Amino acid sequence: MKNLISVLTVVFAIIIIWYGAAYMMNKQWTLDQAERAGTTVTASEVFKDTMAQERPQLPAPHQVITEIWKTTIEKKITSKRSLIYHGGITLSSTALGFLMGSLLGITLAISIVHSRTMDLSVMPWIIASQTIPILAIAPMIIVVLNAVGISGLIPKAMISMYLSFFPVAVGMVKGLRAPDTMQLDLMKTYRASPWQTLIKLRLPSSMPYLFTSLKIAMAASLVGAIIGELPTGAVAGLGARLLAGSYYGQTIQIWSALISAAVLAAVLVMLIGAIQNITLKRMGMLR
Amino acid sequence: MEQNSQAVIAAKNLNLVFETNDGSVHALKDVDLTIKKGEFVSFIGPSGCGKTTFLRVIADLEQPTGGSISVNGMTPHEAREARAYGYVFQASGLYPWRTIAGNIKLPLEIMDYSKEEQDKRVQQVLELVELDSFGNKYPWQLSGGMQQRASIARALSFDADILLMDEPFGALDEIVRDHLNEQLLALWARTEKTIGFVTHSIPEAVYLSTKIVVMSPRPGRIADVIESTLPKERPLDIRDSKEFLEIAARVRDGLRAGHLDD
Repeated sequence: MKNLISVLTVVFAIIIIWYGAAYMMNKQWTLDQAERAGTTVTASEVFKDTMAQERPQLPAPHQVITEIWKTTIEKKITSKRSLIYHGGITLSSTALGFLMGSLLGITLAISIVHSRTMDLSVMPWIIASQTIPILAIAPMIIVVLNAVGISGLIPKAMISMYLSFFPVAVGMVKGLRAPDTMQLDLMKTYRASPWQTLIKLRLPSSMPYLFTSLKIAMAASLVGAIIGELPTGAVAGLGARLLAGSYYGQTIQIWSALISAAVLAAVLVMLIGAIQNITLKRMGMLR
Repeated sequence: MEQNSQAVIAAKNLNLVFETNDGSVHALKDVDLTIKKGEFVSFIGPSGCGKTTFLRVIADLEQPTGGSISVNGMTPHEAREARAYGYVFQASGLYPWRTIAGNIKLPLEIMDYSKEEQDKRVQQVLELVELDSFGNKYPWQLSGGMQQRASIARALSFDADILLMDEPFGALDEIVRDHLNEQLLALWARTEKTIGFVTHSIPEAVYLSTKIVVMSPRPGRIADVIESTLPKERPLDIRDSKEFLEIAARVRDGLRAGHLDD
């Protein structure tokens, strides 16, 4: 309850600031129009107009909400203008990229923890991979994969994977190294194989780290999927809606795609959070 | 080997020097010790005297830099490979995601015991440490003393005739400790294991042991080896007997002698 109140307070504050900003940014256009038409406008008329422009610099919250309502509830899902349709496309490449990225990250972490060579040789590359701007590498991935006949979902998922494997790899290296010397010594006294130590000790111990990394990876995957949709010619997906919106100056469309992406990310991260809570509670690591 | 076939652990002229950033530390110096089958040997001394290090050398968790040591007639490494000992650490190290029975099963799973054998042994050792009704509980549902008993059960679950214990009751209060000491003696009598026990409590060492190894620090070495004259049957109030106090006094003397060089 206390949580809810504080969350609502923040949301309320954001909306107030948003309305204020919308008024300030859209005011000039209204005044210019009036000047060109040679009419004078009262302050209340200016305010009313800033809240209802067709292509405002910054759309007011209710405009965005109306747009989202129109493009989700009132549109058929199959329609090219339905945000649910576009969201679904983004979601599928996000999910696939997240899955591939997590698997890659976990695999890398396991090999790094078990091999000093991997630790010394691969770890720097993993970090270097993230210093390359994804915006620069995304079109290349699309073009290269297209040249070998792969297009559609896979290239976008690859970009998501590129962004999401990193937090998982780094988090899991830490997680797999979480067991202390005593616990590792104990396994040694049993003459446990590295594989047994991994399955029975390292992996279960790493769960809190895994879930934290997965949350970051999920958000990164969504960013990757949206970026992946930009250079594909803006056909479908939330990224395409963003790009199309900016081509035609449809700020309301941009903002509604943006908000939808944010909501999608929040839902996905909360989903992982819920799984995390259940799992860790069952494992007795959350008490 | 011409050594006594009864000797389970035999160290000769054992040395261990740790190389650290600020010079070398002589953790064990010229340690000679023989532990016979079925003995209960305590290692006592101030911190830094090498008592834990010696136990870890027996367990092949630390490599000596000089001298020789055999465990069951083998090198410590071979003995570890043969799973010759169970090791109990100061912390119970129970996995929170496993029940008590599940935790005790851990070494049995690793050592590939059959399912029926695992269940049978878990039941056996749970009874041995008087935790029979707690198999399905999780570690957090048990007190510290019970958790440590579970970790002893875990070390007893497989066929090792040596039990190495590194200050297993060090983190527990004295009342719980007395009770566990009593239980440990009963357990030792029933299982006839050879026990190596590290402690820094004089009453604990005297009460439990057939042999007390007093060690002193810098360099870590054996100051005195006391063969206990107490009978095998030891009620708690034996600690008020004259014999007990005499042995305790000799241990104390040994500890003090070690400190005189400081």
